[in-house]
Formats: sequence, C-alpha cells, structure tokens
Amino acid sequence: MSAKVLKSAFWGVGVALVLAGSWAWIDRWVNGEKNANYGSLVPWGLWVAAYIYFIGLSAGSFLVSSLVYVFQLKRFESIGRLALFSAVVTLILALLSISADLGHPFRAWHVLVYPNFGSPMAWMIWLYSAYFAVIMLELWFVLRYDLVVASKSAGFRGTFYRMLVFGSRDESPETLASDRQIVRILATIGVPVAIMFHGGVGALFGVISARPAWHGGLFPILFLVSALASGGALLAIVSAVFQDGLRRNRDTVLALGTLVLGLLAIDLLLQISETLVGFYGNEPARIANLKTIYGGPYWWVFWVWQLGLGTLVPLALLVLPATRKDPRVVAGACGLIAVGFLAVRLNIVIPGLADEQLAGLSEAFSSPRLTTDYVPSTIEFLFTAGLVGIGLLLFGLGEWLMPHGGEPSAGEAPAVGTEGSHVTA
Amino acid sequence: MAKTSRRKLLKGAAASVSTLALAATPLSRAIPVQASEAIGPAPGVLARRGRNLSAALAERGAPSGGLLPATHAISVPLPTGSGTAVAAQQAAASAESSVVRMQAELKRAMEKPIAQRKWTMVIDQRKCVGCSACTVACIAENNLPPGIAYRPVLEEEIGEYPKVTRRFTPRPCMHCDEPPCVPVCPVGATYKRPDGVVVINYDRCIGCRYCIVACPYGARSFDFGEHYTDGTPGRQPYEESPALEYGKEWSRSSVEGITRKCHFCVHRLNAGMLPACVTTCIGEATYFGDLNDPESLVTELVTSGRAVRLKEELGTKPNVYYLV
Repeated sequence: MSAKVLKSAFWGVGVALVLAGSWAWIDRWVNGEKNANYGSLVPWGLWVAAYIYFIGLSAGSFLVSSLVYVFQLKRFESIGRLALFSAVVTLILALLSISADLGHPFRAWHVLVYPNFGSPMAWMIWLYSAYFAVIMLELWFVLRYDLVVASKSAGFRGTFYRMLVFGSRDESPETLASDRQIVRILATIGVPVAIMFHGGVGALFGVISARPAWHGGLFPILFLVSALASGGALLAIVSAVFQDGLRRNRDTVLALGTLVLGLLAIDLLLQISETLVGFYGNEPARIANLKTIYGGPYWWVFWVWQLGLGTLVPLALLVLPATRKDPRVVAGACGLIAVGFLAVRLNIVIPGLADEQLAGLSEAFSSPRLTTDYVPSTIEFLFTAGLVGIGLLLFGLGEWLMPHGGEPSAGEAPAVGTEGSHVTA
Repeated sequence: MAKTSRRKLLKGAAASVSTLALAATPLSRAIPVQASEAIGPAPGVLARRGRNLSAALAERGAPSGGLLPATHAISVPLPTGSGTAVAAQQAAASAESSVVRMQAELKRAMEKPIAQRKWTMVIDQRKCVGCSACTVACIAENNLPPGIAYRPVLEEEIGEYPKVTRRFTPRPCMHCDEPPCVPVCPVGATYKRPDGVVVINYDRCIGCRYCIVACPYGARSFDFGEHYTDGTPGRQPYEESPALEYGKEWSRSSVEGITRKCHFCVHRLNAGMLPACVTTCIGEATYFGDLNDPESLVTELVTSGRAVRLKEELGTKPNVYYLV
C-alpha cells in the first residue's frame, strides 16, 4: 500500500470516529448521564479509565520530552517537540473524557472558589491545570522560532503561523537563545508538576481504604511507571509515523524501544508484586477483585488484551534478536504496549469498584444503577472512540502543520511549507 | 434459640399489626395539616408537604397532632421474661411507645444548641423483619428518583437448610464521626454538621462521584436524572414535584447530576419530627435520638452491650448502631 492510501485511511478513520463520537457527545449534553451504564455501586467506568489512560500517556510523553529539555539527552532531541505535542494532545483528550464524566462540568470552577485542600481530587485538578499551562507554554516556546521562520511562507500556512506567533518576526539568535532558556525553565518546572500530578492521580485511588484493591502505597508509583511506559510506547509509534519518522528517527525509535522495555519490565514487576501479595494476604475484598480481573466476565481484557497483546507479545518483539533491531517492529510492539495500557487502566478502575461494599448491597434494591455488573454503554464506547478520533485528527494536523525544525540532518528548512513532502511510513 | 427468635418475630408482628392499623388511620381520614407548636421553622414547607403521604406519616409522629389517643392504642400486652430483656423491650412493653418517647427526646434535644446534639440511630436486627417499609417511606419522603434508595434493606441468608435463617440490615448513611467521604470532596460540598449529620450542599456538588467511591458502606448515590415514567406515554407530574430535603425546595432538575444521600431527615428534625424511616418501621426496630442525652433511648441501647457498628476496623466511627 502506498503512503497516500495509508494517509487517507488515517484521516478517514479519524473523521469517522469523530462523527460517531459527536453523536455520543450530543447525547451526553442533551440527556446528561442517563445513557451511561455506570451507577452508584460502580460509579466510575470507561470514561474515568480513558481519562487516567490519556493523562498517563500525557505525563509519560512529557517526561520523555524532559529528557531533551531538562536533561539535554541528544539521543531523543529529534523527538522532543513531538513528545511535547503528544503530551498536549493526550491531555486534551483526557480533559474531554473527564468533562463528560463530571455530573456538572460547568461547576468545575467551584474547585477554585471552594477549595478543599485535603482532597486528592482537588489537587489533581489544580495540578493538571498548572501542567496544561506549562506544557502549552513550553510547546509554544519550543516552536516559536520555527513558526516565525515558517510564517514567511505564502498562503494559509503563513497566515496560520503568523497567528500562532502573534505576528512576531523576531528571528534573532538572542531571542532564540532566550527561548531555549525559557523552555528549559518551563520543562524544569514541568517535571515535578507532572510527577505530582500523575503520582497524585495514583494517590487519588491509593488513599481510598474503602477499596482494598487500590489501597496502598504502591499505587502512586505504579501510576508513574505505567505513565512512563505507556507514554514512551506512544511516542515510539508516533515518532515512527509522524513526518517521515522512520527515516528521521530510526535510532530514536530503537532507543525508545529499549527505554519502554525497561519501564514495562519494572511495571510488570510492580504488578506481579501487587498480585502475589494480594493473593497471599487472602483478604476477601482483594481476592474478589483479583478474581474479577482474572476470571470475571471480562477475563479476556486481562489475559488477551493486557497480558497477551499488551505485554508478552511486545516484550518478545523487543527482546528477540531477530526483531529488536527493526524500527518498524519496535514501533509496532510499542503501539501494542500503548494500546494495552488502556486494558491496564480498565482493570484498575472497574474491578476495583465492582465488588459489594456490604454483603447483599447489589440485590437490596432492584435497579441497573445498583448493581456490580458494569459494561460500558454504546454511548460510552462511542464517546471514547470519538476521543480517539479527535486524537488521530490532532496528530494528523500536527504532522501536516508542525514545522519540522530541530533536525540534525540538512535540508529541513526548505521542506517547511512544501506540502506533500512528508511521506508516512 | 429458634424458639426465642420465633417469639421475637411474633412480638414484632403483634406490634406491627397495631402500627399498621395506626398508619392506616390518618390515611383514611385525611388529617388536616396543623402548624402545631411542635413544628418550628418552615411552616410553608410543611403546608406543601401536607399534600402527600409523608404529611400523614409525619403528623402521626407528632404528639400534639391530635393523634395522641391513637398512639396510646399501641400498648400491646407483650410476653415478659424472655431472658434477654433489654431496655428497648422494657420500653416497648411499657404503656408508652418508643416512638412517643423518642419524639419527646427529640423535642428536648432540639432545645439545645446544635453542637450539643449527637444524632444517633440504632437498628435492632432481631426485630427487623425485612419489610422495607423504611426504604419506601424514605423514597416517598425525599421524592427519590429511580436507582436511588437512601436506605435499602440488605438481606443475607445464613446457614444451610434445614438450619437456615435470614438477616436483614437496613443501611442508611452511617453519619460517621470520621467520614471517609468528606475529606475527598474536591469542593467541600459534603461536610459534617455540628450535630453529626453528614450532609451535601447540592448547589456546590460537581458530580465527580469521588465520595461515592470513598464510602465503605455504599451509602451515596448519583442522581442520573431518571424518571420512573420515562418510556411511558407521559411523564407524570409527581415526578417533577420538588424534593424537600434540607428544608428547601429542590426542583427535579436541580438535583440531577449530583450525589445524594441519607441526611437523617434533617428537614423533619427541624420541624420536630423523627426521620421517616423511624416512624414507619412496623416493628419499632429503628431508634433515633441524641447520644449526648444520657437519658435517651438510643443511649440506653448503645450502651446495652448488644450494639455493634459496621466495618469498625476502618475507623470511620459510625453513628448508626446495630443491635445483634
């Protein structure tokens, strides 16, 4: 298949998903959460799982970008801006997901006016607001110089870039140097913010003693490692596809593969530890949770999706000598890992809730809202699919419009603005 | 053992019959609503309430509601000397109904400053027959939509045939002294009042459901904005009538997309009335009162040695006790 066909397919899928998702979006605003299947016993569902999945991707991508902008690692320099861009895109998806989940999204400002400093959720909201601001600013300063250069091109692109830089024409090396300084400062601020933000989301779950499946000190750490592994994996596949990535980022993709392999191994270690300790402890609620994950109606989410396709297959591909040097295979394996982490998130949120708090609670009062059986509704699935579509379109727009810049090899400057010069793998 | 419980059941049934007769009286008579001296604030709210079932139930509990003679009829001769005689049974066996006693104690407690009251509920699981009258009364009182029951009755089967029994656990909010739901709320919409009641500010709640997740008793519900008559030819007007919780009128739409929970009927307490689940319990198995009052019935029961609390190990310190 030619690159052109693949590209059309990419846009086609993105648009189709967004169209499907917009139906769910409209339904959400017209009917509220009536057509969502979660209830009062399993109060969080697919949308919360998708939210923590996307913020994990975002925090992970951002932390990889900090390897470039804080720790000055040359190996990842060519994908620094892409990592930052991925962090922004996935954070937008996360916020869209959680906004639909909130009963009153238009009351979100209450968290600023009526703050509860003891609430992990309040901290999470403040921190992701700060994080959003930092990464948007950082991305702007990373791209500013290239945008100014590119704004000289004619037509739509030139106008678009001029808007993005507010008409600035400053190409001086001093400003470029100060940009880099600002980026470094922002990235340095961003690292602890991202760690607190995402570790804080782990804490949001971990502090809840009412849910033994989550309760414990490992959760914030597990969230951070999962974020790094999933974010790194997403970056590997994106940097292989984005703007002729396989040619430009060949070695970086391989390096990301190694990084992800290590992170996935640590993640696996932590999960095995949680599982074995849980089983050995024989605490009824923990056992019920583990049984739901491994032998419940959605056993395949764990065995097939999370463990098989999301862990063992990519691990083999990243380890075997025959495949680990092939950037296409490495990127593909990382793609599997990135998708597999959605199953990890689902298996955290839903089985952790789908257990009766008191014996007989799910049968005491007949209602689909008062049951421990939860399957996402069509509207929930479509909404999340729509978010994936938005993500695809945003990446597509980024690949089309983002100035290449920062390329070690020569010849990048003329490439800017010459449409059709990018070839997707 | 089996004999004992059968006797208790009979006793409960005897009490129920009289209570049911009592409950039927005001319904058939359509009592006029009186803003009696027992009813303090918000007479407007009460006047509106007079149109529905809860008015009848509420008025019945009020000692000055013109129904006192009927209440006296509750004195049923009860077998004595069951061996496990406790304060509650003595109270029930006396001429005075425990409801009347609790009513007087409520009035006494409401005269104190709010911080000196400690509202406490005691549920006698040996007396509870699992009729779910409390569940239904609560739904009627608070005009609850589908999928929300502040006080379901959990049923468990214990043992195997032929040695088998059932245990009923009515589950209101525990109104914990260390409520896990309160610190997690990002906007401070849920809080503990000085009298111990854990309440929700419906206008402030953003609907994140973190409190539902954090509650170890499943005592919080999300209002999905559903109606019982959805999917029928017409939505019925009673479903659009306001909820009167916290002494305010909450239109149906104003409580959609937020978390709701049992609040010990604080709107009724303010009006000098016991919670709806207490006055409707057919076997007088639910007790309510002020634990700071050493003379109160709940204090007697809590200190009887029979009282336990759910999930004590979590350190939540519930204010709902069960007599086992």
